[in-house]
Amino acid sequence: MTPYLSLSIWVPIAAGLAVLGVGRDRDAAFARWIALIGAIAGFLVTIPLYADFDTATSAMQFVEYASWIPRFGIHYHLGVDGISVLFILLNSLMTVLVVWAGWEVITTRVAQYMAAFLIMSGLMNGVFCALDGILFYVFFEAMLIPMYLIIGVWGGPNRVYAAMKFFLYTLLGSLLMLVALIYLYSVSESFEILEWYKVPLEMGAQIPLWIAFFLAFAVKVPMWPVHTWLPDAHVEAPTGGSVVLAAITLKIGAYGFVRFILPIVPDASRYLSGFVITLSLIAVVYIGFVALVQADMKKLIAYSSISHMGFVTLGFFLYSQLGVEGALAQMLSHGFVSAAMFLCVGVMYDRMHSRQIADYGGVVNTMPKFAAFMMLFAMANAGLPGTSGFVGEFLVILAAVKANFWLGFAAAVTLILGAAYTLWMYKRVIFGPVANANVAKLTDIGRREFWLLTVLAVAVLGMGLWPKPLIDVMHVSVANLLQTVARSKL
Amino acid sequence: MTMRDLYLLVPLAPLAASVVVGLFGPKLGRSLSHWLCILGVAVSFAASIAIVRDVHAGHLFDGDIYTWLASGSLRLAVGFLIDPLSATMLVIVTFVSLMVHIYTVGYMADDPGYTRFFSYISLFTFSMLMLVMSNNFMQLFFGWEAVGLVSYLLIGFWYERPTAIYANLKAFLANRVGDFGFVLGIGLVLAYFGTLDYAPVFAKAPSMAATTIAPWTGSGWSLLTAICICLFVGAMGKSAQVPLHVWLPDSMEGPTPISALIHAATMVTAGIFMVARMSPLFEWSETALSFVTVIGATTALFMAFLGIVQNDIKRVVAYSTLSQLGYMTVALGVSAYSAAIFHLMTHAFFKALLFLAAGSVIIALHHEQDLRRMGGLRRYMPITYVTAVIGSLALAGIPPFAGFYSKDAIIEAVGLSHVGGHRYAYFAVTASVFVTAFYSFRMLFLAFHGEERFHAQSGHDGESGSHGHDEGAHDAGPPRESPWVVTIPLILLAIPSVYAGWAYVQPMLFGDWFGSSIFVREPHAVLGEMKGEWQGPLAFALHGLATAPFWLAIAGVATAVYLYLVNPAMPARIAARFGAITTLLDNKYYFDRFNDWFFAGGARWLGNFASTYGDRTIIDGWVVNGSAKLVGIASRAFRRIQSGYVYHYAFMMILGVFGLLYWWGAR
Repeated sequence: MTPYLSLSIWVPIAAGLAVLGVGRDRDAAFARWIALIGAIAGFLVTIPLYADFDTATSAMQFVEYASWIPRFGIHYHLGVDGISVLFILLNSLMTVLVVWAGWEVITTRVAQYMAAFLIMSGLMNGVFCALDGILFYVFFEAMLIPMYLIIGVWGGPNRVYAAMKFFLYTLLGSLLMLVALIYLYSVSESFEILEWYKVPLEMGAQIPLWIAFFLAFAVKVPMWPVHTWLPDAHVEAPTGGSVVLAAITLKIGAYGFVRFILPIVPDASRYLSGFVITLSLIAVVYIGFVALVQADMKKLIAYSSISHMGFVTLGFFLYSQLGVEGALAQMLSHGFVSAAMFLCVGVMYDRMHSRQIADYGGVVNTMPKFAAFMMLFAMANAGLPGTSGFVGEFLVILAAVKANFWLGFAAAVTLILGAAYTLWMYKRVIFGPVANANVAKLTDIGRREFWLLTVLAVAVLGMGLWPKPLIDVMHVSVANLLQTVARSKL
Repeated sequence: MTMRDLYLLVPLAPLAASVVVGLFGPKLGRSLSHWLCILGVAVSFAASIAIVRDVHAGHLFDGDIYTWLASGSLRLAVGFLIDPLSATMLVIVTFVSLMVHIYTVGYMADDPGYTRFFSYISLFTFSMLMLVMSNNFMQLFFGWEAVGLVSYLLIGFWYERPTAIYANLKAFLANRVGDFGFVLGIGLVLAYFGTLDYAPVFAKAPSMAATTIAPWTGSGWSLLTAICICLFVGAMGKSAQVPLHVWLPDSMEGPTPISALIHAATMVTAGIFMVARMSPLFEWSETALSFVTVIGATTALFMAFLGIVQNDIKRVVAYSTLSQLGYMTVALGVSAYSAAIFHLMTHAFFKALLFLAAGSVIIALHHEQDLRRMGGLRRYMPITYVTAVIGSLALAGIPPFAGFYSKDAIIEAVGLSHVGGHRYAYFAVTASVFVTAFYSFRMLFLAFHGEERFHAQSGHDGESGSHGHDEGAHDAGPPRESPWVVTIPLILLAIPSVYAGWAYVQPMLFGDWFGSSIFVREPHAVLGEMKGEWQGPLAFALHGLATAPFWLAIAGVATAVYLYLVNPAMPARIAARFGAITTLLDNKYYFDRFNDWFFAGGARWLGNFASTYGDRTIIDGWVVNGSAKLVGIASRAFRRIQSGYVYHYAFMMILGVFGLLYWWGAR
């Protein structure tokens, strides 16, 4: 059997190291091509994961198992189920797009830039398929490094503050998780995540474990009130960094909830579900208002990401098939839509070197094709039916109303707020007469940008019009997850 | 071709045209683009005619096309429900859409966004058809939002105009407020019925009539009331009922063809259609029905008043649309669903006609929309004039024109109803007959009669601007009748505006036209009561001559004749005399100001407050940077220990050793 999961991790990393090794600044084109080939190869090896995926079982598939550190029972154990497999595909696709998006834009330290993204991509695939606690932790922490460098080296003027903030925030959360992992080893004598699903735990142990995991993952999602690193990181990050950050990194936080928190400490999760739901709704509503008044486009989209991720955590803690699948759909869709929105801002930033809404106006006059793309993505961001943004939001709202009318009521506020902040920005940036001489000089998107946005547009519309093939992958695993969660460990 | 293929053809033909023209319009060129779109809608129209015949031959259809998503026991599908109600709507939508497509060839002839416009209106037709044909709530919501999207795109079609892009954002957000309620209604349906398909939900509704829910402890709401009111909030957005009506007048910023298609004949009727479709739910909730009645009556009367003071020809028609939508809503509230759909149909014809006639005037005057700069046009534009007269007569409800039958039926139905608020509703719908007749003929007289005021024009505050079709505006010769692509649709719409009333009143209201697609419970069956006295359309018209509404309409026309033909100086004096009322009406009851101040301003204030204090000061300032600062302060203190003198370290070590020894000894 071909070790597709290992390939999905190590192909991009190997490509990244190769780029690092052979790429020189004088010969940037060479580095770009190697990176692109590596990224495409990395994506191709993930396709069998979907094609050969057995949707009838909730067991881990494509499992790889080898001893790594025998003294502590740490294994190189990989596998995917219906919950994780799609994120590996999403991540590998995004890597291709990101490498391609940085093609002509990044001109300094090209090899290092491309390498950082490739290595990051492999590490994140590792996070999604690691079934050993320590292996997970290694990937989880290691991926901080390339992102830290991406922001710190290729970022904006305030990049050092943003990179530090990002690094410390997430590190602080994850250190507690390490303690939790070691504690779980001490009670189960194993680092197998799947073993931990079965180990009985007293409530007195579950609550501290829950808090430790929660801090690690809530920061990553990010949930209110530990979200303030995200707007800063996005604003300072280069376009590619923002794309990966929004599309994949945030998903890792949410993924942690379903891989660790819910099944390992189910009783504490149920006990604290009201708390998480409250935080999620604050994210949806409060952050929606905050997004409304942002003057910086990237900040606005960053806040809108936080608001959308609120739907994910809300969906998980409703404990229904509809809610969890809605949350997972929202994660996938947000991967496409936020990536597209950040790319759109990047397209404009490359030309105008400004992200301030006030510096724009009437872009449609000079960039009609671009305006059409951005309209589609803005509508997807506002959750319009027929786009991917609708699927998750709709399912989660339905599940919320089913659980409690007022939860649905609060969640549905996003229908108004999401449209308000997205379309108000669109109006000020794209519509209207040409605002100034810089806008008048804009040139419409070139071929590379056109095809980049086309790929995402197809994804957004495809998932919106026919989400079934994606959601079907999840059914059995989600049902199994809910069964696991329903069993008390006390 | 099976019927199923025919059903598929109805929405897909316009969609295909829209996609092709949208993507390749500039390459295809103008004439190929408009022929493609016209062909798409024509195919759709022909198929609709075939479907309506087939349906009346007894062939109904309720089936899925493809499964959109499945989750647990829930299966969401895209599917069609073809019954008399949806088939009727299909014909109305595709017919008006076809007329508007043809008309657009003339109206938009000089616009640089010509192909884009065609792509949009075909996309709109597709969306509306999906909404109408849906057999489940999910697809209904898809169509619901999709028409909202196209409306947004079309109101902002001239995206350089600040007023247009303000209006389209406003329209989208007002609709989203409605959708907020709508989606909650859908959520409640799923939560209690376990499915989103119409048929099982409707079948289960009677058994749910007594179910109550408790949104908070101790309260007990009827489930169906909650569902119906939530759904109706959606209808209030889409069908522009008070207080969510604010977007419709502003939507006149879009080009006139879409005002006719979207903001008069079809999209705004989506809410009316939806409630009629949901009659098996609404029938079980007296509360929801009287809520619907009161909202509709308020809209019918108070929006009609605003029609009197408008000087923009399109806005007069827009307010009359609001008022007429109010009529339809009242009809729904009193369970006269067929009357609502009947009025929807006649209104679609004569209102599209009036809008297109207004558009014809606007192009003839080189994009002048101000009634005060028109007058005497009947000599120059005979076809437009005659069709506008027909439209106005139909709107005013003069027998035997189409509007008379549908409107009179509604008024009579309200008179027979016993739903809560029926007395208020009866007063409102009767009183607004006078107002409607008055403002329609005021508009007619100001535009087509009296002295010719258009020569004095100087500025263009109409649809002119940067769109390059004011050639000849400055050497304005006499206005000319519009080309045939414009007048043919006018004539084709004028024909049903005349005859659709007496031709269809019997089958639609008292016959079996709608069959089982509309459900009315026995105590609400006002139309059934009217059926007892029904003696045919002619007797109905003659009877109408002896009732108050007819004489109110005549009085309205007469007042308009007096004020705008006989004594044109009067209106200004009256306006001055009743200054307070005029101000109130001029400001549209201050809805816009209040919304701008309270909702838009309030949301921005809240956002700024949360952003500045919540995020910047408390979380970032105190917690995040505060803890960083704390670490800094602490490290400054601890740094002193790192003095670099060996004897300091040695001393600390000794202290440490003593400490350890003490701890070890104490064990």
